Amino acid sequence: MEQIGFLPPKAAVLARRDEIVGDLLDLLPEGCLVHETRELVPFETDAFVSYRRVPLAVALPETTAQVAAVMKYCHRYGIPVVPRGAGTSLAGGAIPQEDAVVIGLSKMSRILDIDFANRTATVQAGVTNLAISDAVSPDGYFYAPDPSSQLACTIGGNIGMNSGGAHCLKYGVTTNNLLGVKMVLVDGTVIELGGKALDAPGLDLLGIVCGSEGQLGIVTEATVRLIAKPEGARPVLFGFDSSEEAGACVADIIGAGIIPVAIEFMDRPAIAICEAFAGAGYPDDVEALLIVEVEGSETEMDDMLRAIIEIARRHGVKVVKESQSATQAALIWKGRKSAFGATGRIADYICMDGTVPLSQLPHVLRGTAEIIERHGLRVANVFHAGDGNMHPLILFNANDPEDAARAEQAGNEILKLCVDAGGCLTGEHGVGIEKRDLMRHQYAEVDLNQQMAVRAAFDPQWILNPSKVFPLEGRPAA
Amino acid sequence: MQTNFTAEQLADPHVATSEKILRKCVHCGFCTATCPTYVTLGNELDSPRGRIYLIKDMLENGRPADEQVVTHIDRCLSCLSCATTCPSGVDYMHLVDHARMHIENTYRRPFWNRVTRNVLAAVLPYPARFRMALHAAAFGRPFAGFLKKVRGLEAFGAMLDLAPRKVPRPSPSARPGTHPAAGARRGRVAILSGCAQPVLKPEINEATIRLLTRLGVEVVAPAGEVCCGSLVHHMGREEQALEAARRNVDVWLREVENGGLDAVIITASGCGTTIKDYGFMLRHDAAYAEKAARVSALAKDVTEYLATLDLPQQEMKRVNVTYHSACSMQHGQKITMLPKMLLKAAGFTVRDPAEGHLCCGSAGTYNILQPEISQKLKARKVRNLEATKPDVIATGNIGCITQIATGTEVPIVHTIELLDWAYGGEKPALLG
Ligand SMILES: Cc1cc2nc3c(=O)[nH]c(=O)nc-3n(C[C@H](O)[C@H](O)[C@H](O)COP(=O)(O)OP(=O)(O)OC[C@H]3O[C@@H](n4cnc5c(N)ncnc54)[C@H](O)[C@@H]3O)c2cc1C
Ligand code: SF4
Ligand code: SF4
Repeated sequence: MEQIGFLPPKAAVLARRDEIVGDLLDLLPEGCLVHETRELVPFETDAFVSYRRVPLAVALPETTAQVAAVMKYCHRYGIPVVPRGAGTSLAGGAIPQEDAVVIGLSKMSRILDIDFANRTATVQAGVTNLAISDAVSPDGYFYAPDPSSQLACTIGGNIGMNSGGAHCLKYGVTTNNLLGVKMVLVDGTVIELGGKALDAPGLDLLGIVCGSEGQLGIVTEATVRLIAKPEGARPVLFGFDSSEEAGACVADIIGAGIIPVAIEFMDRPAIAICEAFAGAGYPDDVEALLIVEVEGSETEMDDMLRAIIEIARRHGVKVVKESQSATQAALIWKGRKSAFGATGRIADYICMDGTVPLSQLPHVLRGTAEIIERHGLRVANVFHAGDGNMHPLILFNANDPEDAARAEQAGNEILKLCVDAGGCLTGEHGVGIEKRDLMRHQYAEVDLNQQMAVRAAFDPQWILNPSKVFPLEGRPAA
Repeated sequence: MQTNFTAEQLADPHVATSEKILRKCVHCGFCTATCPTYVTLGNELDSPRGRIYLIKDMLENGRPADEQVVTHIDRCLSCLSCATTCPSGVDYMHLVDHARMHIENTYRRPFWNRVTRNVLAAVLPYPARFRMALHAAAFGRPFAGFLKKVRGLEAFGAMLDLAPRKVPRPSPSARPGTHPAAGARRGRVAILSGCAQPVLKPEINEATIRLLTRLGVEVVAPAGEVCCGSLVHHMGREEQALEAARRNVDVWLREVENGGLDAVIITASGCGTTIKDYGFMLRHDAAYAEKAARVSALAKDVTEYLATLDLPQQEMKRVNVTYHSACSMQHGQKITMLPKMLLKAAGFTVRDPAEGHLCCGSAGTYNILQPEISQKLKARKVRNLEATKPDVIATGNIGCITQIATGTEVPIVHTIELLDWAYGGEKPALLG
């Protein structure tokens, strides 16, 4: 099936493997370099598991200085480097290549500073997203962007992919909550960008770094914004007879200027999968479900809900169900956040990430269903509807190469459908290798060239995560 | 995940089972976050996803186990926190069981490692030998510090550290016999006497028998019972484990025929997890598959059984209990709320520690075989427990009791000892 290519490994690097390993062993403390073939295999992929490449070595540094030392060494010899957080990327962002040294941040998982006065937290890049919220929760705060993978994914990976989550409708994605980073540049120089304030003078380099997929440098520390928890929060379930009606309802809610904290969408197959896992009490006799979360004081929540229910009625809502307790609210979110993993119980899947203007939701949902049917596949839709960020999960059998190829083909068609509907390839999962070759469908040549020029300014040799994001042909020469 | 096995490989029923398990894993990485060894070591090879991948690679290629695979599988606590976390329902327990078996069958361990494991397998499951070893340990203790520094001998140092300073006298509760119900009989159960527990803490089963008989339940300790087999099972010594399972199945089914049993009561959750798995372990044994499944269905943690007896709410006691959920209890048997509900009904104030899902590092013989990681996990656990300012810590597994007791001054008892006290028994001696 292998359709997406990687850069061919550099023969000169492969030939020096033993020497490189020896040098890296000298640069790192004991237990911080993985180099035995057997032990390298588990690093060959991330959550985009259909593609795999065994790396040359995996460095697991414990300090910024060690990251810088390894980076400087690789730069000197032109060895590709692939940064890795928790390896939960759905776009293949953390998949290595044969001639690459992976720099994994998993040993750098300390929370360095919590500053309630300034409402910031400074953490090492390997700290998981949820660990930040857990650490500040007793004091009434949280870190807002909440990818469904928040239990495991790292803040470094979140910055790499500019990740989002259900609650980003109100609070924004990673870039809106990131205040500063410490970062190792390709030649080993350590720089700091931003700080504790919301805006820093000069060029907004932080904005470029966020979402750069490990191609501009390696983030080793991050300072993020903490937000005070709302007075109260309530998820409410809205069941509809068709996906199109549910989609149209979302467009009207947002169109009416109402911004709840979250509007999540699930179709019938997704509802069944999540209910089986979480037992959250999702209605089982509807074609589509919206989870709408409102927050604030009791009156604020009531007011907003009343307005939303009125809109939903106009779209023939069949069931409106409020969570009855904190436990049920937690289960409703647990089910939603486990949706992808729980899908693994019934089939292999690839997850799309196209984003479309809300008015186009019904059209794209219909088009997706047609594409899937034409390829004889199955799909489960579960996504951040409020942002128009769609996640069709295309179900297939990974042990059947033809089925896998069909799934990939259908995925490409769906993403093109999103772009043609005025949307984009990725809402939050990043480009990685998965959507790399579709970038030309998204961008005009001059626009893409400008992006590559910026990228090349940081890394003229193209050694940082080089097989990702930008099509392999037509890159500016080093 | 995609897998690559030939039809020939899949003809082996163990491989076939593992293949099904591997197919369910979607490589999402959620499980890494709650794995005690990953949070301690920060290397994916010491995480569930990494181990699953190592096992997959080894089995697919039909390779004998090698030093690298063994290192990372040996570091796995079998705490099953990963299985609780996994949204995809990956049955990690049976996958790692298979891997351990494969290691035992195909890998020759370094000399001292082999000796240690042989000693453990020859001593721990046998109460008389274990008692003797503990007495001997008193003489060895001065050498513990020295042993811990010698490569290959660390395990012996760890053993000496864990051995109690005083070995309790043999308890009558461990002898076979019938303990009749006080008053009208409302049930009849067998109790697992166990191997290490009656030597280290006979008061646990004493309290259980007292409480149950007071509540009108007849308790039998059948003759012929042996160690549940969990210890050798986790070492990958499958034949030995299955032999133990068969013996116990026979013993308990004999009781079912002579007098009937409502349950086989287990007071060590580590054993409970294994006995509840007898049905699976013996699934390929035509003579025992069905019988073992019956026994597994009868196996109940003592708190599960007590919950069926509708115990009355007792007056509040002004005792703060922090409940430590053993991994085999919360992840292995998925018993999470019951023990706490029973303690609350019995009048205790019950608190949960932070990071309750993380193992204390005891994990069967893990604290002996992997002392370094085990010590780190113990320190972390004790810190979290002490932060709740408990008067007493309660848990349902002897391994955790021994482990945590060596790290804190706070008394730690079995849940059942507190329940016995609350329902008319004696105050546990440790509480003064
Ligand atoms: C089940 C599931 C659900 C998901 N749900 C969501 C969701 O709701 N929203 C969402 O946005 N994403 C989601 N994701 C995708 C994924 O979790 C995110 O992309 C996440 O941010 C990746 O973090 P990570 O630590 O795993 O990074 P990795 O996957 O290891 O790496 C991601 C990218 O960042 C780069 N990188 C990693 N660390 C650094 C660093 N320190 N410095 C520089 N570059 C770095 C890597 O090179 C790679 O390009 C989901 C994934 C799964 C498996
Ligand atoms: S059983 Fe425990 S130690 Fe082993 S992989 Fe799972 S979570 Fe980690
Ligand atoms: S959580 Fe489950 S599906 Fe995800 S990587 Fe771990 S074992 Fe595999």
